[in-house]
Amino acid sequence: MRAVYMRELGSYFSSMIAYITVGLLLVILGLVLWVFPDFSLLQTPFASVDALFEIAPMIFMFLIPAFTMRTFAEEKQTATLEILLTRPISAWQIIIGKYLATLSWLAIALLPTIIYVISIYKLGSPPGNIDLGQIAASYIGLFLLGAVFCAIGVFASSQTSNQIVAFVMAVFFCFVFYYGFYFISRIASFSGTIDGLIQSLGIDYHYNSISRGVIDTRDLLYFFCLIGLCLTWTWVSISKRN
Amino acid sequence: MSILVSHLSKHFGTQKAVQDVSFQVGKGEILGFLGPNGAGKTTTMRMITGYLAADSGEIIINNIKVTEENQAIKAQIGYLPENNPLYLDMYVREYLSYIARVYKIKNPSKRIEEVIGMTGLDIESHKLIKTLSKGYRQRVGLAQAILHDPEVLILDEPTSGLDPNQLIEIRQLIRELGKEKTILLSTHIMQEVQALCDRVVIINKGVIVGDGNIHMLSQNLSKAYRVVVTFSREVNENTLREIKGYVSHDRSDMSNYTITGEEDTLNEAIFDFAVSKNLKILEMTTQRESVENIFQQLTQPS
Repeated sequence: MRAVYMRELGSYFSSMIAYITVGLLLVILGLVLWVFPDFSLLQTPFASVDALFEIAPMIFMFLIPAFTMRTFAEEKQTATLEILLTRPISAWQIIIGKYLATLSWLAIALLPTIIYVISIYKLGSPPGNIDLGQIAASYIGLFLLGAVFCAIGVFASSQTSNQIVAFVMAVFFCFVFYYGFYFISRIASFSGTIDGLIQSLGIDYHYNSISRGVIDTRDLLYFFCLIGLCLTWTWVSISKRN
Repeated sequence: MSILVSHLSKHFGTQKAVQDVSFQVGKGEILGFLGPNGAGKTTTMRMITGYLAADSGEIIINNIKVTEENQAIKAQIGYLPENNPLYLDMYVREYLSYIARVYKIKNPSKRIEEVIGMTGLDIESHKLIKTLSKGYRQRVGLAQAILHDPEVLILDEPTSGLDPNQLIEIRQLIRELGKEKTILLSTHIMQEVQALCDRVVIINKGVIVGDGNIHMLSQNLSKAYRVVVTFSREVNENTLREIKGYVSHDRSDMSNYTITGEEDTLNEAIFDFAVSKNLKILEMTTQRESVENIFQQLTQPS
């Protein structure tokens, strides 16, 4: 598992993939949050970085599938997966190794945004007038959301040997899980009956719940179940090969 | 027995890829696995390495049954898959140390240097794999297969696409390895089998059609032994039947005949025949059955 993890991480950072994706994320976030007026942190009447946690999921929805699309699809395409699966290493070890590598990338991508928090902390009037507890919870929420997107991306990648198919599939599933359930729950015939239940299937429901600053075990459980489900499906498609 | 395959079958949908295949490879033997493209060689090898699960039948390597889940057995097999898949964006040493880590090899750097020396990769070992020529990529493929010093080597078309010089070098390497290890190598190139293998198993349409050493296989075929002979004058074709061990003959021109018959006695019998008929033999050539002919005869659609 460690070998796979190290190789994946090594290949992200020895090629342009990691630099481009992290760079792109930070450029978009920087422009939207500091330069363009619509979501600018400088324009908000309070010292808060809420806009970051609203914008980031939308960028993740495209960026994470783009980043994870190669995990298995490329190895299937070049048949190197056959090399791996005939070594004394189980399919689970390969999946977990690769998944942890994407999570490490996610952590590295999110780390520089702490500068935004520090900036707003300093700019507050008086300085430090900011709810750090809520921000910490929001970061946990954002990381979990990214982790689910990564799991969806890895799953989509394991379904095909074509990276573009993997990307489109992953974007679609991320969208369905993030916005889709909310939209479905707005259908008039569900109103007042099961709309709450349908909403609670979506990622945004749990993400917003954590973002408020309360880390509820139900929300954590939801994220972990979703990740577990995606990785199990990945395992199913990797181990059945006919 | 190092590799024991018994009654192995595999279907892909309705297509029978491998049907009731049984053979064995002894310790220290190089077995050639010969067959036309699509005969089921790769499928069989994938099952032996545990990459594919068989529908029925079993594979035993060094007295341990191969299953998809069995991780221990995989450490005893070195496998070079078809088309030699490699991570093109890795350096040779980086790739080998990755494989070493997967196998949890102790003292990996020493072993990697050893293998690089064995496969003749020294001058190319600092390069990216994608910048290597096909011959060197093949060496990297072989290097990763032997890195953990396995007892059994499964090589799927190890020499496909190499130029004649590389071919000789890679064969030399395989021959060296074969002194200590059990090797199963697949190919559709007949000369390879003659050059390398102790024994050959011929597979066609998923069924084994021949198993044995090359000499024995040629004997088993009816049209196995031919002698082309030119007599000093034409003979009555019916009298050719008097030759001891005669099976059939062909007349190519005036006094030139291709006579097929029993291997042990045919040459002498033709000579005796010529003497008895007062003929002179101007030319006589033995046509030993080449692996190519055996292969064609066994795998031709009939």
